[in-house]
Amino acid sequence: MAEIEATTGGILALALPFVAAALAPILKRIIGAHAAWVLALAPAAAFAILFSFLPEVSSGGVVQFGFDWIPAFDVRFSFRIDGLASTFGLLITGIGTLIILYSGGYLKGHRDQGRFFSFMLMFMGSMLGLVLADDLMTLFVYWELTSITSFLLIGFDHEREKARRGAIQALAITGGGGLALLAGFILIRELAGLNSMTEVLAAGDALRTSPYYLPIFILVLCGAFTKSAQMPFHVWLPNAMEAPTPVSAYLHSATMVKAGVYLLLRMQPALGDTALWTTVLPAFGAVTLVMGALLAVRATDIKITLAYTTVSSLGLLVMLIGVSTEYALIGAVLYLIAHSLFKGGLFMVAGSVDHGAHTREIDRLGGLARHMPITFAAALLCALSMGGITPFVGFLAKEEIYHALEYGDAYHIALMAAAILGNALMFAAAFIVALKPFVGKLPETIDHPHEGGFTIWFGPLVLGVLGLLGALFYETYHALFSGPMASATYGQPVEIDISFVPHLNLAFALSLATIALGIVIYLASNGVRAATSRFLASVGWGPDHGFDQAMRGLLRFSYFVTNRLQSGRLDYYMTITVIAITAALFVPMILGGALPAEPQMPQLRLPEWLVLALILVGIVAVVVAKNRLTAIVSLGIQGFGTALIFMLLGAPDLSFTQFMVETLSVVILALVMTRLKLSPADHRPLREKLPDAALALAGGAGFAVFLLSIVQRPFDPALSDFFEEYSYAIAHGKNIVNVILVDFRGVDTMGEIAVVMTTGLAVLALIRIRVGRRAKAQPDPMETTP
Amino acid sequence: MRTVIFRFTAPYLTALMVLFSIFVLLRGHNDPGGGFIGGLIAASALAIYGIACGVAAVRRALWFHPMAISASGLFLAVVAGIFSVFAGTGFMTGLWVFPKIFGTEVALSTPLIFDIGVYLVVVGGIASIALALEERESD
Repeated sequence: MAEIEATTGGILALALPFVAAALAPILKRIIGAHAAWVLALAPAAAFAILFSFLPEVSSGGVVQFGFDWIPAFDVRFSFRIDGLASTFGLLITGIGTLIILYSGGYLKGHRDQGRFFSFMLMFMGSMLGLVLADDLMTLFVYWELTSITSFLLIGFDHEREKARRGAIQALAITGGGGLALLAGFILIRELAGLNSMTEVLAAGDALRTSPYYLPIFILVLCGAFTKSAQMPFHVWLPNAMEAPTPVSAYLHSATMVKAGVYLLLRMQPALGDTALWTTVLPAFGAVTLVMGALLAVRATDIKITLAYTTVSSLGLLVMLIGVSTEYALIGAVLYLIAHSLFKGGLFMVAGSVDHGAHTREIDRLGGLARHMPITFAAALLCALSMGGITPFVGFLAKEEIYHALEYGDAYHIALMAAAILGNALMFAAAFIVALKPFVGKLPETIDHPHEGGFTIWFGPLVLGVLGLLGALFYETYHALFSGPMASATYGQPVEIDISFVPHLNLAFALSLATIALGIVIYLASNGVRAATSRFLASVGWGPDHGFDQAMRGLLRFSYFVTNRLQSGRLDYYMTITVIAITAALFVPMILGGALPAEPQMPQLRLPEWLVLALILVGIVAVVVAKNRLTAIVSLGIQGFGTALIFMLLGAPDLSFTQFMVETLSVVILALVMTRLKLSPADHRPLREKLPDAALALAGGAGFAVFLLSIVQRPFDPALSDFFEEYSYAIAHGKNIVNVILVDFRGVDTMGEIAVVMTTGLAVLALIRIRVGRRAKAQPDPMETTP
Repeated sequence: MRTVIFRFTAPYLTALMVLFSIFVLLRGHNDPGGGFIGGLIAASALAIYGIACGVAAVRRALWFHPMAISASGLFLAVVAGIFSVFAGTGFMTGLWVFPKIFGTEVALSTPLIFDIGVYLVVVGGIASIALALEERESD
């Protein structure tokens, strides 16, 4: 009974966003921007369903459901809700509900708002599927769906070139990583025999000790690092800020970019805690953390600042997962939840500021507090959490992180230094975004700053308040969300007892030092910005530029290849084709040792001798022909000769068809010849003809030898006996060839006639194109007169 | 090409060839022949007519665009296969009826419909290529 409920509820939760996505455009047309209120019900309902699983999940249970998808390959469409999936799912659907409402206000009156809702909900469904998926192939499908929907959302403003570039860049990088992930999953499936996350988690050390650990590790990491924007793959994330702000708030801070982190957390019990894992992940993570935070402080657009702090936060998460200890993973989990809340909120604040003041440039913002008080309050709540100040969830996370890193060896000291520097920079960035635009004097350039409607300030305020409540009621918070998630991540139950009351220990001292450093950076932010800009200018080249270079290189390479292969010269195509066929005939025979034995001279009857003589005459006629047309017609002699041989050997159907095909090909070839502007005869000197002749001989010899080797194999009469016996008995036909064509192998014939028709269409189109071009080349009198 | 004799005989030749092609098509199940060969014969008949009397005359005589004939043939072939699905057997299982028409038993079957589809596809496809290629001579 319980299982049935889980299945219905789970599938319903997964399907709801997609159903809402399908309805969104129609609903928008009927009730306008109010559609947001109706559409938000879908994620809200999904949230409620996931919440109903919480009692079971938080007590360590796992809810599983699904059904067979492709049984032949053991692929299932199956899902698994444990602590990790549950908390992720609640974040996705919860923040998703707020975001849909927010988009209702933010994009009010936008021409394509319906489409926007649709993309957004599709993304939501994909992301939910990703974190709940159990089967590896199911997970991969959802993984790619998030890449595609993200592409659609970044390129939402598709009339702007920057939006298109951002979209393509994100798709190229995350989609490429997705392919690597697919390869990794296939390795896990085929070599380790593990089809689902449940099996992977139950397999213990199987993957760690597998000889294929290294390739699996690299491939999974490629997927996770591209999705979660680790250096040097981070470039797509700041460029994704071309999307409308709700997208940035949702995809590029709270959810999608966490997919890679999710994957690492998910695979940690199976792949983690090896020397490779604890070196590579922290190294990438730490570099991303510090570089991201530096770039964040440098940016002047508050949205870009937030984007880089997201890069930085993702670096911190990857670093912590790499450390792989219990405390580090608890820290990662706490930070991940806190980050989703405060970063989603801050992005929405940035959108509200843009909406109210019509600019996002930090230099041109100030004094908005009086005009946008609620947004200011939400901004402060989020920034305090991001800065790690008690009593906010960000504080819990930072305490736990420092606690996890406080060991005396060089490894931990280096990571600690990165964490402190990164956190201080992020502290400064948080207040640059949340404080600077609101205090000081209102610049004159801002005309009528105003608070947005309810939907605009509601979302960020809720997220900010949640960040406070989570820390105040930390016991419930740990029991329901962070605890089960950390347990699922660590692989065994863990206890979290961190509270908002600071204890006087090393972690707290470091926390204070971070805040102090952060305040210094905030006050000196103009100087820091100038310094980082100078530094980056002196470096000059960056991965973003590198992406462009790589794309240009790819284009140039494909031009090169296309020019080489598609020369447009018919003789060149013919030569390549004949070489390829000849090679395909000879190479397997020689490598496989299947060359035929020398054939015995068969006893031929007089008619057969005569036909052979006719064919020989035909060959001579082709070679000595004065012009091309004669050669083509003479070529027909060969075909008719072959047809005669079929006839003599008792295959009238084959012979009949051969006659017709030969006739028609001669006719069509002759017609084509009249259309091509060729000289009537081949006037090349002999030495240029010889290579072609040699190639022709080789091709002919290839077919001859190939046929000989087939004929020399013992004949297996099973099929012919079958057809002979049943052709009339069950198919009512005495002509076996025809019965095979229309009955026994009818589906083959159906495919073939489809090809015949398509070829006809293609040829027709090609002929038309040539005619069209000629017509266009003639000067149009209308065009020449102004 | 357009000698008087050729232009005079071409219509008769074409008519005979088309008739013969239908004969070949229908007898195909028990004797040499079938839709593919029949289609090729009919297509060459049309090509001959086109060379002799011009493409416009062929297009007028055909009434439909050759590509449309080809497509309807493909459609007919698929429909012939789908019949058996309604009869509760697998896709493209042959169905036969043997009604007596004027006292003679006539075998009718879905493979026959399928073969007619093949015939139409081949006639239409090849003829449309040949006619398109011939077209230039007339302009």
